[in-house]
Order: sequence, then structure tokens, then C-alpha cells
Amino acid sequence: MSLHETNKIAIDVDNVTKRYAEVTALKNVSLSIHDNEFFTLLGPSGCGKTTLLRTIAGFEGISEGDIRLFGDSIIDLPPNKRPVNTVFQQYALFPHMSVMENVAFGLRRQKVVDSEVRKRTGEVLELVQLSGFADRLPSQLSGGQQQRVALARALAPRPKVLLLDEPLSALDLKLRQDVRVELQQIQANTGITFVFVTHDQEEALTMSNRIAVMSAGIVQQVGTSRDIYESPENKFVADFIGDTNLIDVEIVETDGRQATCLLLGNVQLICNNAKGATKGRASLSVRPERLSLGDASNSSLSGTVSRLTYLGTDIHVAVNLEDGEVIDVRVQNSEDARIPDTGDIVGLNLELDAARVLMN
Amino acid sequence: MAMQDINQGKNTTTHTYQGLGPSLLMPTWLMIGIFLVLPVLMMLVYSFLTKEFRGGVIWEFSLNAYDQFIFDRGLFGDDPPKMEWTYIGIFWRSILQAGIATLLCLLIGFPTAWFIATRVGNSKSIWLFLITIPYWVNLLIRTISMKFLIRENGPANEFMMSIGLIDAPLQMINTNFAVQLGLFYSYLPFMVLPIYASVERYNFSLSEAAADLYSSQWVTLRKIIIPTVKPGIIAGCILVFVPSLGAFLAPDLLGGAKSFMIGSLIEDQFGGQAGNWPFGAAVSMILLSMVLIVLTFYARLQSRRAS
Amino acid sequence: MNAKIDIRRFPGFSFATYLCLFLLYTPLIIVMIYSFNDSKSIMLWGGFSFRWYEDVFWGLEAPKFKQAAINSLSIAIGAAVTATTIALSAAVAMLRAGHFRGKGASLGLISLPLMVPEIVTAVATLIFFSAIGFASGHATILVAHIVFCIPFAYLPIAARMQGIEASYEQAAQDLYATRFETFRLVLLPLVLPGVISGFLLAFIISLDDFIITNFVKGAGIETLPTAIFGSVKQGIKPNIMAISTLMLLVSVVIVTLSYFANRSGQGKK
Repeated sequence: MSLHETNKIAIDVDNVTKRYAEVTALKNVSLSIHDNEFFTLLGPSGCGKTTLLRTIAGFEGISEGDIRLFGDSIIDLPPNKRPVNTVFQQYALFPHMSVMENVAFGLRRQKVVDSEVRKRTGEVLELVQLSGFADRLPSQLSGGQQQRVALARALAPRPKVLLLDEPLSALDLKLRQDVRVELQQIQANTGITFVFVTHDQEEALTMSNRIAVMSAGIVQQVGTSRDIYESPENKFVADFIGDTNLIDVEIVETDGRQATCLLLGNVQLICNNAKGATKGRASLSVRPERLSLGDASNSSLSGTVSRLTYLGTDIHVAVNLEDGEVIDVRVQNSEDARIPDTGDIVGLNLELDAARVLMN
Repeated sequence: MAMQDINQGKNTTTHTYQGLGPSLLMPTWLMIGIFLVLPVLMMLVYSFLTKEFRGGVIWEFSLNAYDQFIFDRGLFGDDPPKMEWTYIGIFWRSILQAGIATLLCLLIGFPTAWFIATRVGNSKSIWLFLITIPYWVNLLIRTISMKFLIRENGPANEFMMSIGLIDAPLQMINTNFAVQLGLFYSYLPFMVLPIYASVERYNFSLSEAAADLYSSQWVTLRKIIIPTVKPGIIAGCILVFVPSLGAFLAPDLLGGAKSFMIGSLIEDQFGGQAGNWPFGAAVSMILLSMVLIVLTFYARLQSRRAS
Repeated sequence: MNAKIDIRRFPGFSFATYLCLFLLYTPLIIVMIYSFNDSKSIMLWGGFSFRWYEDVFWGLEAPKFKQAAINSLSIAIGAAVTATTIALSAAVAMLRAGHFRGKGASLGLISLPLMVPEIVTAVATLIFFSAIGFASGHATILVAHIVFCIPFAYLPIAARMQGIEASYEQAAQDLYATRFETFRLVLLPLVLPGVISGFLLAFIISLDDFIITNFVKGAGIETLPTAIFGSVKQGIKPNIMAISTLMLLVSVVIVTLSYFANRSGQGKK
């Protein structure tokens, strides 16, 4: 992991709005991306994450707001005047140029002298382990190799910030996992700020220092992987990151940190994880692995098993509560696990510390 | 892509050459504007001028050109007006012949396009290549070849006589039949290529679905294939009909004096002895209006399809 | 494979195709054969000979045809180069410059020469040049040819450019290329096969044109088609068949070139 010895801000997205003719792609987005950080923009397709990245790169103008790079506004600069480089989703390697020419392209445009171009091209190709491929054309490379060339090409001019637009989405699963580790290492070694766009939460959770979860042109939450998974700030984040049960509850008493919730009108629970809660209707977010099954007689909450789904390491048990709400429980597939049958009446045990109250 | 297309934000830098559009189009505007749009407008003006006898015009407003198209006022122009059917007749025959040529081209062109588009691999490229060559061969040379072939003592007659099909040479050249054949032959490749392009995009699982649902092949053709590739068929028909209507070479080289078409009539007003520029301009305007009506109709159809 | 279950096969379609090719090629092949006929009469076969080709190059009418060929070629090259340049610039505007006023009208303008019947264009151009008092000749033919070659050059260029994703140019700009460098180093090389196709198409369209040339050329100058047309008025002589065969060959060569230009471009993707 990279060190945060300075908290210098690399990119400051200040209240940015981007409107197209009929849709608003970004609504008052504000973000601060720290120097030397692996920062991820995560969200479903159409959430505006790619648009945000492209406004930083300069491919899209913005309607309102400002974007600053190390303090200087860059919104009036064309893409070729911005000291940031992009790794494109489909790589966009110039098909008529060799690997070497592709990687040298940015350096040549910057009028770097020949000997220096050769030296730095060699260095980055070595960094991505493609030294022997300098004279190949992109069409003669595998998908994984093309991805590395795209990375090398964007790194060669030593940008202040590297923008990566779903760079792993075109790779197959196995390769993707290898490249994740590599990307993190390269980020740590070069010390360049990475802004990484993905719709894949696993990718985001494993690689990033911090994540911004986006939806419908709005930043829903910014935080570390742990923050976002364990303390989602709203229903969207809770639902989008991992699997969760959102149980309807009524808050009868709260001090803004702790809340007393009423379930099904008769089960009372006290939740410690209730920041910003107010009296009234709310949802209780509980991850399926934080629930366990027990005897109906021993628990305050019980229901009927309606479906079992075998997933190898786990078994998903769907339990119908008496009001028809379905709760997902994940049971580890181990020797001593007690697996119920469909139709059984079971008790549900909640780890109350892991349950989070979210306002509607 | 779709997003970029509707992108109209004021601060937009999405497109590489944003803002350069008008200047990059300037040469096109100048060239086509000055040397095509302006000339057509001038032609419109000329059609309302008075003719000068050895070609050219006198700058005096006159409706004579259009009047002459419809009415016969005798040799000196002072008889009471009678309907003049000669020119309307020429137009009518041109439309008819262009229509028949279009129909014939469609009849042969559709199966050909289908056949080629359903070949696989190399054989498809070869078929396509064979059909493309005549498309690129000089129209004049193709028309001359046809003239040579169907002359009175030409190879076609000789061949038919040698196999005993006919006893005496058929009079084909200088007939309406020859013009019809010439038009069909001239523009046949124009029908095949757009239909081919349409069939290429045709999703054959539609045919499979139809067959699966108990449709016979011919029903599939009528109910599924033809409606699907219709844009190509319409484009092909226009590409044959429009040039056929204004054709000059086929009627001039293959037809006789009686097979006058619009093209020959116009040419006569500028090249021949009967030179009458305002009348030639008026006939051209009428032809142009007819073509524009056909094209507008086509554009309407297209935009309705798109929406 | 059982032909009966092939949903792509329709009985009679292959026959129509053979008929189509037969109709298209028979006149051309007959003329080619007769161009090698030794007989002075075009009706009788008098043995194989190159005499009409010799006649084309060294015979009585050779100087006329040679001059016509030179005129045709110089006009075709000039028209194709100019039209291709204009069309390339127009394609960049239409496909790479976003929205601007008059874009829709521009597309109509580019395709206008395709929509106006040739003979109408011919008449209009003749009237225009005569009205402004511009003497007919080389220049008038060239200008007229450039105008109607523009859409023919535009179509393959635009088709090609449409297939090139904008991300290549964005990548170039992202890597500090100016707009001109982006064009020169990325867009132009990628769109080149389309440019070559467009050039060849414009070249052959100009080379083949008869009607418009015939109207605007004036008295002193002939191109190959107008010279041939003039000759044919007195009947088809064997040397015309030899010239026709030669022009046919030129067409075949150009189709082949354009075919390979297109293919090389596709292979690289």
C-alpha cells in the first residue's frame, strides 16, 4: 500500500455538473483525490463515472463547476495540454504503429529528445514486462499484452495522474486477477495517482485506497473499502456493494447514534450503528453472512425456509418472514453446519453490531 | 456514442475537431454552391427568358418555354392554342420506359443480389467482384457494345440465324425495344449492389424462425425477407429509375428518331440545330422537379422508417 | 448438405444470377473478341490480329485519340485529387467536429450532385459558364468534374471514418498531440484505405463522364468519351472496339486496386 505521508490533493473536483441535451450526467459532484492514491470510481453503468473521468481527461467539457489539478484549474485546457494520461477501455492502441511507436507517441509530442525517448520507452516496456515485443503491431498481441501496452503508453510521459477507464473489463477472469495485483504494484512503485473507473465491486474493494460510489450522476459515498462495505451511508451503497438484506423497520427511539427499532410491529432490536437516524420508517441493512439460523423457539425472529441455493463454499437460505419479506442467510458449507429443509421453521439470529440503520 | 451525438453542452470538447466544422466544409460549400446550386438557379431564370435563334437567350421575361411545352400555337405563334402532345408524350414514354427498366432490373437484380450475398468465403468475393466490374465500366462503352451486338447484321442476329431461330435478321436497333434493353442493361448493376448490401445485413435466423413457425420458403420471402430488405430495394429502384429517366446515351445510340426520351429532347435544344435554350432549360426544370419529387418521397419514407 | 433444408436457397435464383452476368458481360466480351478481328468489316471474322490496336496507337486517328486520352487523364487526375481533398475535409467536418449550424444542410449539399440528373447538371453548368462569359475548355470541364466527383469521393471516406472509433484520436490528444498532429499521425493513416477508394472512384467517374463533358467542353477540346462518341456517330469502326477494350481494362485494373485498398484496411483492424 502506498504511504500517505502528505495529504496533498491531486485532483479537486469542485461542484461539477455535466448536462447533455436531455440528461444530466453529473450533478454537483465534488471529490478530492489525494496525491499518490489509488482512487476508484465505482458504480453501475450509466452512473456517470466514465463521464467524470472523461471530464478530468478533457474529452468532455463541463456545464458548471471546476476541476483543479494540484491547485490549478484545468477546465479550459484541451486534452493535449493536460498533464494526465488515460488507459482506454478498449485500449485504443494505434493499429498502424508498433508497440514501440505507440509507447513513444506521447514523448515525441512533448518534443523529448531521441535518446531520452528510447531510454524511457525501454524502461516502461520493462516495467510492464514487454521488452521483447517492441516491434510488434498491436494486432499481433494478446488481450493481456495489449492492456500492458496501453498502460505503458499512458505511463511513458510520466503523467501527474493516470486515468484508467475500466481497463480490465476486456480481459478474462483469470488474467484480470493477475493484472489487479500488478496494477497495484505499479501504482505503488511509480507513485503516480491512479483514478480507476470500474463497475466491478470486487475489483474496487481489492485494489483501492479509497472508493467513490456513484449512482445517477451523484457521488453516494466516499471512503475506504472497509467503510463502504461495513458502514454504507445509504440504501443504494448498502445494496450495490455486496449482498445485503434491507429489512423494513420502524425507529421508535434514537439519540442519533443508537436506535431502537421495531420489526414486524413486535420484535424490538437495539442497533448501535445508527448514525443520522431519526424516528419513523427506516431500513435495517444486514449482510447475509452476519445472520445465522437457530431454533425458532430460541429466537425473537423466525420464518419459513422457502428456498435453498447451493453455491459450493456457501449455501444460501431464503427465509420468508411472516409479513412476506424474504431474508437471505449465508451458511458456510462445513461438516457441522446445520442445513434446514425447505418448509422448516427456523429462528434468525442477527449480529446487532453488523446491522446498520439506513433512513429511507 | 449515442451520448456524444446528442452532446450539445456549451463547454464541450468531446469532438476532436470541435468548432472547425464550418471552415472544413467551406470548400464543399463553395464548390457545389457556386458550380451547381447557382447554375441550377440560373437555369431556372433562363427558362423564363426569350430564345435567341442561334443558341443563347435574350434577357426578356417570357413564358414561351413552358407555353411551348403544353400548347401548339402554330408556326408563327399566333394561332389559337391547341394542346401540344409531343413533349408530354416524350415525358410519358420516358417515365414508362424508366419504370419498365426499373421493374426488369428488380426482377433480375433481387435474385442475383440474394444469391451473391448467400455465398460463403472466397466465392462470394468473386461473385461480388464480377458484378462490380460492369458497374465501373464506362457507360458509353457499354452502350456502344450493346449497339454493336444487336445491329441488323450483328452477332446477336447472326447467332440466332445460325441456330435456325429466325430466318431473317430481326430489326432490333433503332426501336423502342433497343432503348428499353439499353436502359435495363445500363443500370442493372445499380440495382444489384444496394440490395446486396441490405441482404448482407439480413439476419438469417429470421428465416429460420419463420420456417420453424411453418412458413414455406416463398411465404418467408414475401412476408419476412422482402419487408426486411426493403430499404435496399427502394434505394436500388431509385438508382435505376432516376438516371433512366434522364438517360441520353441509350436513346441516342440505340433508339431511332422515334425513340426520343427526355434526355434527347434536352440535348437537342443545346447541341442540335433546333437550339432553344429557354425551352431546354424549362424541360430540364420539369425533369429536375420530377426527380426531386421522387427523392422527397423516398426521404419521407426513410425518415418514417427511422422514427 | 441437403439443399432442401437450406433456408438461404431459392430455386431459380442461381439461374437469375447467371442470366444477369450473361447479360452484363456478353456485349463486352463480344466487343473484346471483335477488337482482335483482322477483317476490315466488323461483321465477318477474318482471323486474329492486333491491327486495330496498332491503328489506335499509330493510325490515322491516333493523334486525335492520343490528345483526347491526355485530356481525359489530366482532367481525371486533377478532378480526383481536388474532389478527394475536399471530400476528406468535409468528412472530418461531418463526422469529427460535433454539432454546428448548417450540418444537416451540408449533407444534402454533398449529395446534391448525385440527386440532380446528369443531363440537368450539364445544362445548368453550360448556362452558368455561358452567362458569366467563361470560355469553355479544359477549365470548365475540370470544374464540372470536381463538383460531381465530390460525393463519389465522400462516400467511401465517410464510410471508413465512421468505422474508426473516436478513442484513437482521443488517445492521441491525451498523449499531447495537437489537432493537426492527431489528424496527420492517427486519423489520416487509419482512414487512408477509404481515401484511396474515394480517389479511385472519383478518378473513374471523371474518366467515364460523357454527358456533362459534352455540354461544357466547347468546340476545341475532346476527352476520350466525347471523341469516341463522335466517331461512333459515323458507325462503329473496329478501332473503336480496340479503344473500348483498352478502357475496359483500365476499369478492371481500377476496380481491382480499389478492392485491395479496402481489403488491406479491413485486415489491419
